[in-house]
Amino acid sequence: MTKLKPTSKIYLAIVMLFLYLPIFILIVLSFNGTNSTSVMSGFSFKWYVELFRDQITMKALSNTLVLAIVSSISATLIGTLAAVGIDKMKKGFVRSSVETVTNIPMMNPEIVTGISMMLLFVFIGTILKINGVLGFWTMYIAHVTFSLPYVILNIMPKLKQTDAHLAEAAQDLGCTKFQAFMKVILPSIRPGILSGFIMAFTLSLDDFIISYFVSGPKFQTLPIRIFAMTKKRVTPDMYALSTIIFIVILILLVLVNVFQSRDEDRKNKGAAK
Amino acid sequence: MKRKDSLAQRLCASPHIVWSALFIVVPLIMVVYYAFTDKTGAFTLDNISRLSDYTTTFLRSIWYGIIATIICLVIAYPVAYIIARSKARVQSTMIMLVMIPMWMNFLLRTYSWMTLLADNGVINNLLAKIGAGPLHMINTAGAVILGMVYNFLPYMILPIYTVMTKLDNSLIEAAQDLGANKARVFIDVVVPHSISGVVSGITMVFVPSVSTFYISQKLGGGSFALIGDIIEMQFQISNNFNFGAALSLVLMILILICMTVMNRFGDNDESKGGVMI
Repeated sequence: MTKLKPTSKIYLAIVMLFLYLPIFILIVLSFNGTNSTSVMSGFSFKWYVELFRDQITMKALSNTLVLAIVSSISATLIGTLAAVGIDKMKKGFVRSSVETVTNIPMMNPEIVTGISMMLLFVFIGTILKINGVLGFWTMYIAHVTFSLPYVILNIMPKLKQTDAHLAEAAQDLGCTKFQAFMKVILPSIRPGILSGFIMAFTLSLDDFIISYFVSGPKFQTLPIRIFAMTKKRVTPDMYALSTIIFIVILILLVLVNVFQSRDEDRKNKGAAK
Repeated sequence: MKRKDSLAQRLCASPHIVWSALFIVVPLIMVVYYAFTDKTGAFTLDNISRLSDYTTTFLRSIWYGIIATIICLVIAYPVAYIIARSKARVQSTMIMLVMIPMWMNFLLRTYSWMTLLADNGVINNLLAKIGAGPLHMINTAGAVILGMVYNFLPYMILPIYTVMTKLDNSLIEAAQDLGANKARVFIDVVVPHSISGVVSGITMVFVPSVSTFYISQKLGGGSFALIGDIIEMQFQISNNFNFGAALSLVLMILILICMTVMNRFGDNDESKGGVMI
């Protein structure tokens, strides 16, 4: 591959500046001494202290994590089974309609997905005469639903690469079907399952639009909380929160990157031998 | 024996099929049901006929969506090309840099643009220091489109980058050996190869741009309401679910039409590739 030309470097730098300017502003202003969200005057950590004292935000943070963990595990389980099942289906009407329906949450505007589920929940709520039907369970259902296509999408290509004869060979050698699946198919699709799970987890953490419509006052997640805060005048404690989120993401990605490149190095060394 | 085996495995998909039927198909039926009924549940076409009041909003949403998509494409294409042609280490770092903003809460990033663009905001403070007059940037159509471009630019860069990395370097060398200059190589080899990435990039930017509601509220100050704002208002403020459902139905159909047209492009490209092989 070629070395970058100076013009290319400048161009990339400008685009990166555009992408990072607002984030940079957030980080700088989170250390503001006053409560201004546009003028920097004095340096202090008081907004970080303020943030950790804010009970509602802390509760929203733990809600977000619980929901992300539970919904991404469920989506990974259902999605893995689904990918195996769809892969075994013959090409035809049933398979193509299952695939089409699976992809709907990915194609549809998020606002439509959100309101369509809200309408269903509200409808069921009025029929069963439940007051305030929107809460943890409606959010859980919504998050599993919009994560499923991404899980399946990550596993399907791995299944296609897996040689079906391997599982048959395992069975000929005395494995039960279940054992053959666990010992042959599962290990070969594991990277797909893992990346599907990570994707489901991060989608759930960050989702605002769909959650906004299917959440109720009883169960708030962080994005919903942030939305409520930005409706009023924002104080820099929200900036402190985004700075923390940014640093956590940065550390996670750097770690993933380091592990990956170490993995590749090891592979390359193996190949050289 | 074999048959039974595949039946058992096909049953694996059944939880997913039941789940999607309940929580994807039924909700969409509910949208149609609410769109054609009134508050008492009786059939009506009022919601549909009221839609014509919002023709300008629909047109504005589509127009802004198209502009934002084009700007994203123009910015993203060279970025994807440059990254894909650089060294492996540089590639993974740059792609990570493109992805990090996507993981930040989009509400906060959009809010940050408010602080940047405000009349007494960061940019105008800097301008005042060098003696330049204040620019009015917030609450304009330009600010709304800027917010869309900013939020969805990574969705354009990533798919184009992905197809570009699959472009075989020897193809480019072959074209050069056959006498093509740099421009010809780019037009005849690189561009046709990247069409499928461009198509998915366009849909990934266009769909959220057309249906957004937060960006237009914060950066447009309410004077550039998009269709997403009107829908959000029906559900969260005026509590008119039926009209909101009618609006969503139309939005969904509009986007479906756009996607079908776009996918036709993508499919053609793929089948062409198949024939070539």
